[in-house]
Amino acid sequence: MMEYMIRFTQVHETFRVPEIKALAVLRGIDMEILSYSPSSPFCVVKLPSAEAAAQLVKRSILVKAAYELWGSGSSYEDLHDNVRGHSEHLWPLYKKNTFRFSVDSFQGTRSTTEQKKLIEGFRFLGFEGPIRMKGAEQEFCLLEEWQFNCAKLGVYEPQSVHLGRFICGSDRDSINKYDLKKRKYICTTSMDAELALITANITLADTGKLFYDPFVGSGSFPVACAHFGALAFGSDIDGRSIRGKGKSKPNLLSNFVQYGITDQFGDSFVADLTNTPLRKARLFDGIVCDPPYGVREGLKVLGSRDPTKGKEPIIRDGIAHHQMDSYVPPKKPYSFLAMLDDILEFASVSLVDNGRLSFWMPTSNDEDQEIKVPEHPCLEIVSICTQDFNRWSRKLITYRRIPDSKVVHTVREERVKENGVSADDLNPFRKGYFKGFKAAFR
Amino acid sequence: MKVLTLNFLTCAVKACKTTSASFPLVPKECELVSDTIAPNPTLLTNLLPRVDWPALGSIAVALGFPSLSPLPPTPADLENDTKMMADLHTLLLETQISEGSLVCANCGHEYKVKEGIANFLLPNHLV
Ligand SMILES: C[S@@+](CC[C@H](N)C(=O)[O-])C[C@H]1O[C@@H](n2cnc3c(N)ncnc32)[C@H](O)[C@@H]1O
Ligand SMILES: [Zn+2]
Repeated sequence: MMEYMIRFTQVHETFRVPEIKALAVLRGIDMEILSYSPSSPFCVVKLPSAEAAAQLVKRSILVKAAYELWGSGSSYEDLHDNVRGHSEHLWPLYKKNTFRFSVDSFQGTRSTTEQKKLIEGFRFLGFEGPIRMKGAEQEFCLLEEWQFNCAKLGVYEPQSVHLGRFICGSDRDSINKYDLKKRKYICTTSMDAELALITANITLADTGKLFYDPFVGSGSFPVACAHFGALAFGSDIDGRSIRGKGKSKPNLLSNFVQYGITDQFGDSFVADLTNTPLRKARLFDGIVCDPPYGVREGLKVLGSRDPTKGKEPIIRDGIAHHQMDSYVPPKKPYSFLAMLDDILEFASVSLVDNGRLSFWMPTSNDEDQEIKVPEHPCLEIVSICTQDFNRWSRKLITYRRIPDSKVVHTVREERVKENGVSADDLNPFRKGYFKGFKAAFR
Repeated sequence: MKVLTLNFLTCAVKACKTTSASFPLVPKECELVSDTIAPNPTLLTNLLPRVDWPALGSIAVALGFPSLSPLPPTPADLENDTKMMADLHTLLLETQISEGSLVCANCGHEYKVKEGIANFLLPNHLV
């Protein structure tokens, strides 16, 4: 086991460890996190090999790169000593290679002259190969961590410094490839490319697996899962979002065509999750979705608002009304909390053992408005990541389907059936969200 | 809609789901098209245990394909038989129903397929 430095980006902090842990599970890599802080992009881990480090970070979205860690210190003097004691046996391996050095200063800046001087300090490594700024066989990096706001505080030295040998970059460039601004078909609730790709990683999307989004909309999640090789399925109660709107009718499939991933397109169909046509069987390796949490996001289920209505088919002029092309089945509002329960129940029925469910859930930052993370005896919570906004936040909650033999059956609390009629009555969060929102922008 | 997907679907009516007559849905007046998709042996091996084999057999025949063996191939069978692999790939992943309907043999409800997209929304009296 050797120590490696994972260089994260300093965004979506609470998603970083869940993503990297998911990738370790996916690739069967034994990883131990030795140091991590939400406020730092530098994370030290123990891994079996450089190959494992490459496998781990190659498809990560929140990692920038992985380095073999040659030493750490609280000053350059410290670092030099540490590198001498820690990695002297490695130096001869790269003696004849072409190489380059770079400096990565987090929350700090270094002029080119300063950088040069710092790099000069590592002459003792004894590299003889020529320096190549492009295409060097080995790249070394001085990773510096500066205190926040150091310039203002008059701090002129970093808090800690590390030397690393570059192993592998990540898949961050895909964020640009799947940028919503350049996508043919999107809707108001399309998930941004970065978060969709992270979600696909956390849910373990991979070649040879089957993935499903029951609230597919414009298909951000299936696209992201397909990017990682999964065969991706999606359905939605809104037929227009599946078939496409307007003349040229861009739809879900258009996005797969745009990105050249049609081989990974499973299927799309029109369906209500609460009346799903999928048979009860372990069909999917992963379920990923952003369920609708209010009218604006189209939270509806099949059925009439008036429970006494429409129990018989309507026949006009000998033709059954519901068989006509123009027929639109009635829909009624539904409770977001009940929908969450339905998603969990569906996942417990449809996921293979150890398959994962990830969904997004909004929540108010007021404690009394907070929505409890839903639970199911067959599903174990793997991770909860939070994206914070001003007055509200949303969480990405991920579960693992526990194999039946390991499920501990407990008596489940039945949800009290909500009897509200409007979506606001049915969805406690929505009221809070809009009140908070208005207050924040006044 | 792919034949694979058809194998995953049954009638959306709750009372039908528990009956054996509702699965598989019976293709009616279906037009087929075929896409070319790169072979993916890992995917085929992984998804075969999730396919209901008897139902796939009856769907294959209903769509005009040769009948399948009575038992599904094991992963080893698949690996050693490139022809079987290719045939299953074509049937499950490349063959698509572009137009037509799918009928529940229990309640008789017809689900329309248009431009390859099936609609499973139920009229009010079936919810
Ligand atoms: C937040 S959007 C999902 C957006 C999607 N992730 C995307 O990237 O475009 C929620 C979707 O759920 C759909 N929906 C609402 N109620 C539904 C139901 N009962 N069954 C299935 N889909 C439903 C809506 O039509 C909407 O497209
Ligand atoms: Zn039926």
